[in-house]
Amino acid sequence: MSETKKFVYMNRKAPYGTVYALESLEVVLIGAAFEQEVQLVFVDDGVYQLTKNQSTDGIGMKNFSKTYSALGDYDVNQIYIDEQSLKDRGLTMDDLQELTYEDEDDDWAEKSSMKLVNREQLAELIGNADVLLNF
Amino acid sequence: MSTLHTVNKSPFERSSLDTCLSVVSNDSTVLLIEDGVAGALQNTTASSSITDAMGNGVKFAVLGEDLGARGLSADRVMDGISVVDYAGFVQLAADHDNVQSWL
Amino acid sequence: MPLEVNGKSYETDEEGYLANLNDWNEDVAAALAAADDAELTENHWEVINFLREYYEEYQIAPAVRVLTKAIGKKLGKDKGNSKYLYELFPYGPAKQACKYAGLPKPTGCV
Repeated sequence: MSETKKFVYMNRKAPYGTVYALESLEVVLIGAAFEQEVQLVFVDDGVYQLTKNQSTDGIGMKNFSKTYSALGDYDVNQIYIDEQSLKDRGLTMDDLQELTYEDEDDDWAEKSSMKLVNREQLAELIGNADVLLNF
Repeated sequence: MSTLHTVNKSPFERSSLDTCLSVVSNDSTVLLIEDGVAGALQNTTASSSITDAMGNGVKFAVLGEDLGARGLSADRVMDGISVVDYAGFVQLAADHDNVQSWL
Repeated sequence: MPLEVNGKSYETDEEGYLANLNDWNEDVAAALAAADDAELTENHWEVINFLREYYEEYQIAPAVRVLTKAIGKKLGKDKGNSKYLYELFPYGPAKQACKYAGLPKPTGCV
């Protein structure tokens, strides 16, 4: 029962146009309380969730992009970005916000949570998951 | 008859933009809104089909509020696509005879 | 049931949380606490203000575990533990302190 499982969240939708991105983020935050191993994957339009400088004043919706920077506090620090998805959309890692965590085992040094992956590595992430959650 | 075509789906996820571009005429405007704004950026896999349509005289616009919400700045938008606000959206609707929404 | 403070009426939900984040001020916080027969001390305010800053930055109310860790980092180990926080907020630090801070109930809190 107390065995740790690997939860992989697949995020494939842009924010705001549909509710998937926000729902995923809420499930991740709630799920973090169960202290399982959590990996977030951003692929296809999911990469738009992490863009810098989102400003939602004009569309009258809550800007939940700020919440991604709290993920480190929740020990969610394995965040994978699909390289091909960025490329297809004219984006690079520089367009995304920097997500970090403080490593408890390394005197709370601040480290990046983000890793760019290719499709082979993505296949591996999916293949190694105990639980796959899709949004 | 001129038509304003609005596309609110990402071109990387749905075929809305492709279908729209296959039927759009040169007196029409395509306005990208909501998740559709992703198609307006430079150097994407959707760019060439937009450039082709521009070559045929189709006009393009994108809603600035939806770009901003997604962290996409106006200077990343392809040349030839004009960035409009909500008032501009209304103006476009008024300037055309009809509106086709590719939902 | 609306909350009356200084002659003004504030909308709340069925559990007494402030409906509108921007309605909050210190008098409102004190009134929310008074409705639970609680009085706010300096120690309470530290946590309440911390929560408001956290919300402003991240747009969420932190889970208890996250709150405890972050308080410990900011205000010292003697305050960053659940015993201390539960003494201040016996109905649950995240739940009760968020209420007085005018924030929505923390995500995942039932």
